[in-house]
Amino acid sequence: MPYSDHAVNLSRDQINQLQVARLRETVERARRAPAYAERLAGISAEDIQSPEDIRKLPLTTKARLREGMPWGFLAAPRSEVVRMHYSSGTTGLATAIYHTRGDLCRWSECVARGMLAVGVTEDDVFQNMMGYGLFTGGLGFHYAGELLGCMTIPASSGNTERQIHLMQSFGTTVLHIIPSYALRVLHFCDQAGIAPSRDLSVRVIFVGGEPHSEQLRRRIEEGFGAKVYNCYGLSEMAGPGIAMECMAQDGMHLCEDQYLLEVLDPETLEPVEEGQIGEVVLTTLRREANPLIRYRTRDMARLLPAECACGSAHRRLSRMEGRTDDMLVVRGVNVYPMQVERALLDVDEVGRNYVITLDRPEDLDRMSVAVELTQEAFTDDMRELNALQRRIERRLQTELDISVCVELHEPGELPVSDGKAVRVIDNRDQEK
Amino acid sequence: MTSSQVLCKQVSVFLENKSGRLAEVCQVLGRAEINIRALCIADTSDFGILRLIVDRPDDAVEVLQSSGFSVGSTGVLALRIPDRPGGLGDVLGELEKESVNVEYMYAFFITIAGDAVVLFKVGDEALDRTLGVLERAGVPVIPSDQVYKL
Repeated sequence: MPYSDHAVNLSRDQINQLQVARLRETVERARRAPAYAERLAGISAEDIQSPEDIRKLPLTTKARLREGMPWGFLAAPRSEVVRMHYSSGTTGLATAIYHTRGDLCRWSECVARGMLAVGVTEDDVFQNMMGYGLFTGGLGFHYAGELLGCMTIPASSGNTERQIHLMQSFGTTVLHIIPSYALRVLHFCDQAGIAPSRDLSVRVIFVGGEPHSEQLRRRIEEGFGAKVYNCYGLSEMAGPGIAMECMAQDGMHLCEDQYLLEVLDPETLEPVEEGQIGEVVLTTLRREANPLIRYRTRDMARLLPAECACGSAHRRLSRMEGRTDDMLVVRGVNVYPMQVERALLDVDEVGRNYVITLDRPEDLDRMSVAVELTQEAFTDDMRELNALQRRIERRLQTELDISVCVELHEPGELPVSDGKAVRVIDNRDQEK
Repeated sequence: MTSSQVLCKQVSVFLENKSGRLAEVCQVLGRAEINIRALCIADTSDFGILRLIVDRPDDAVEVLQSSGFSVGSTGVLALRIPDRPGGLGDVLGELEKESVNVEYMYAFFITIAGDAVVLFKVGDEALDRTLGVLERAGVPVIPSDQVYKL
């Protein structure tokens, strides 16, 4: 029997009622997490009469999540947790998110809803080109593909030649991919004399994981001869696909039966007017293992006004328009400059100053880190200096989970680490 | 000759890939009245190593360091090589037979009695072996104090 999803047809009133009931449940569940017990002590079910009453609850920041590691935010018995994901950084900055079996099912339902809305069915061959592992991009869509009954190919990212081989051999019709990698694939096809719109069967592409422009979407659509749909998510809220575009391609419908959305002014923390840009703040409404209340995503976006042409009452988010912190997204992976600083502390041969440069040769992000070689570490032996470069690159790769080019500089040439110096130069042209 | 007599002190300077850095090195040396006798640059896409033979290597290290450069010094051999086709090939052939790996080499701008002056960097552990090969092959090693005066 084809997969179906009733929550997509909820009316606005039904969503509001559900949200009130589920927010009450969430508060009760969250109390069981040590990090929330005290902060929610004064809140009772009667305090929550409408979704707007969420404002009576405390905000949760990434810093608090980090302080609560590893178990402070766990609200279910450890034995009920069947999976965890781990975000952004291998050391001090990373946070774990736990899932019960039910949490994973509901996450898959969110993603499947978005896939279904744009016509993906059990007849599709779904090639999931997002990284599998601690990063949520791969697994999140994988189980949704299976839930819908798609033949799901866990291709993960990289190895472009094999990706295209898979698409050709198995007649792939649906992709999930980061936009810059989609361009990379098009570039590769071009070189190999393959015309994707003629030689491949791809008709639907889900993109996410990094900010991208409308122009870039159109380029991918033209190149593949396919429809490209934007999706949003973050590991703290499960992962990708909690908000996805419908066929109207005009904003991403949040699964409001599962998440409560606020868009706040990041300074005053007051709600912004509908349609105005603000920080996306989300509350999980159904999560058992790791309920999060008013989580500040640091993503800047708009709540789109009026109803969508598709008729869904689930409200829409605009594409992400920035961050309130210094987080960078490189090849779909979140990177904080602080992680670079931390990694360099482990390398005696270089100082603490650094500059990160991002560019996008041939449509793929490249990150270089300029570091200063200390006087003492200088050697006449080119091989040793090259080996040092490689060693720093490996250290950064371990910390950041992406490959990095290291450039050696003379001491005193880079801006000092304590000032308000520019440490990130982003030359990636988002418009191209 | 002791190793300090055979080995010339080559001054090495770390150069990041930025215009004007090479000129600055030369200007610092010029102001200190230090004369450059030979040089070569090894470079990658983002940095280089400038290798210099100068008349006063110890002073050169000092002035460059105090001007903020990353500086080192390395021992290299200065050899007199017959300035004719095949002259350098013969010497390298002899070294090859004894498995001496020449890490890098470069030449002076001048000749001594018709011989070219070429600087060789070999591994420290290969120095004695190299000197033996050169002696048997009749390749003169120029003592370091004479090199600085060339």
